[in-house]
Amino acid sequence: MPATPAIHAQDLGRDFTLTTGPLLRRTRRTITAVHGLDFTVAPGEIVAYLGPNGAGKSTTMKMLTGILTPTRGHLHVLGMRPARRRTALAARIGVVFGQRTTLWWDLPLRDSLALTRHLYRVPAATHTARLDELTHALDLAGFLHTPVRQLSLGQRMRGDLAAALLHDPDLLVLDEPTIGLDIVSKTAIREFLLNLNARRNTTILLTTHDLSDVERLCRRVILIDHGTLAYDGDLDGLHALAPAPRTLIVDLQAPADPLDLPGTRHLRSQGPRQWLELTGAPAPAIAAAAAHHPIADLTLHEPGIEDVLARLYRGRS
Amino acid sequence: MAQYPLSLALLGLAQSLSVIVELIAVLVVFGHAHTLAGFTAREALLVYGLAGTAFGLADLLIGQVERLGDHIRTGTFDTMLIRPASPLVQLAADEFSPRRLGKVIPALACLTWALATAGIDWTLQRALTVPLLLASGAAICCATWILGACLQFFITEARQAANSITYGGKALTEYPLAVFGTDTARWATFALPLAFVSWQPALYLLDRPDPTGLPDQLRHTAPAAALLLCALAALAWRTGLRHYRSTGS
Repeated sequence: MPATPAIHAQDLGRDFTLTTGPLLRRTRRTITAVHGLDFTVAPGEIVAYLGPNGAGKSTTMKMLTGILTPTRGHLHVLGMRPARRRTALAARIGVVFGQRTTLWWDLPLRDSLALTRHLYRVPAATHTARLDELTHALDLAGFLHTPVRQLSLGQRMRGDLAAALLHDPDLLVLDEPTIGLDIVSKTAIREFLLNLNARRNTTILLTTHDLSDVERLCRRVILIDHGTLAYDGDLDGLHALAPAPRTLIVDLQAPADPLDLPGTRHLRSQGPRQWLELTGAPAPAIAAAAAHHPIADLTLHEPGIEDVLARLYRGRS
Repeated sequence: MAQYPLSLALLGLAQSLSVIVELIAVLVVFGHAHTLAGFTAREALLVYGLAGTAFGLADLLIGQVERLGDHIRTGTFDTMLIRPASPLVQLAADEFSPRRLGKVIPALACLTWALATAGIDWTLQRALTVPLLLASGAAICCATWILGACLQFFITEARQAANSITYGGKALTEYPLAVFGTDTARWATFALPLAFVSWQPALYLLDRPDPTGLPDQLRHTAPAAALLLCALAALAWRTGLRHYRSTGS
């Protein structure tokens, strides 16, 4: 028997009704935030849930956690309908909103985590063991006794992750977990998540605008745009969806007129440096450049996922 | 338990003062008129004591729900929803403060004194009914508060409108209902059953006919009215949660 999917969404949709105008002559307008979403996430997957601002990412996250009731379609998370069984589901999932904390502002981190234990009814012995493990893995020891309001953003985020994981959830939902963090904190959190997934087989669904999160963490990407599913597959497939051309960066020894090389198109120049978009194979272009111009340096730039997404978003709006 | 006991004591005292001022108001009104709608000052204090205790208990238990709109606006209500505990309980427990006992204690003292001196013909049944009447009254106040809070699911700035029901209704329960006239009495019995917080219980304890002309059997239905209103509040809460829209983020 196949395992129950961590998330199963079928024709999922959510509308919002906006009322504007004075009390008696109100006009109602229905806005569809999410429409006809179909996707399934298997236990143990790490999935990036991407989309431009306003695409419906947060709305989906809130439906998954039971905060919002779907207007249409079917949604099962860990085999439960979130809006109906929100409390039962909450005991089995961990949620981190990067933009706000679930910790108690005035309490030391240790007390905040202890309160969380009572809310989730974790036995004391289990709690102590988990807290030790998370303190070690997330390096919390230095600020366990500091009030949450005095923590730095990176420390607070690690504290929030610990709070979301103390009850050993099967599914971890992260809404922009690395927002505003420096590179060291980001790396620490990514390493931790990979480790968690490998050791406990925790399913992780995360939204982010930081695409290095995606390249480092996720084998699978779900892309949502204007409330509908735009792509569901691996990273390579996403590259193929909107092929972004490679760029040849040529550093000449002196500033020159735009180069005209076979299989390239000139993009821009800055002093002796020129950017050329490759439309064909790079070898003839490089050979031609070397034959006719004094060259200081040559770089071939592979398109990143940023370029792919930028092209996708632009193409659709 | 309290980090700053003096601060807690002063805040509690401030709450007590508000109750004492209301008590003085009742005494001033009845001191001038001696009887109003057939009620003496001592009987009026019984009504006030029942109302004040019920309201104070409700305020202690669940008064924080009126801040629902703030929690929705700032997004903290979302964080309550992702925890495996009732958001209503979390809302009520948020910034719970024993200073609210400051409202209950003087009201309870007033009630005790009135029960002893208002000339009640004590029977075993009457004595046993007092806690039930208080519980019903407190339940009605709690339900009213929750109903008010539910408005904020639809209009987050509705706290003032909700206050007009909760605090406005409170003023109605503090005096013998007959003072306000028959129409108000009917509204407060059948529309929003605040009459069962203090008025009908007082009629029962004093064993007096209802001067507003409503059937005398009504005084036995306070627990039923409380249950009905609580069921309505629960329904409204569930409906509100289902229509909850969260805030953009």
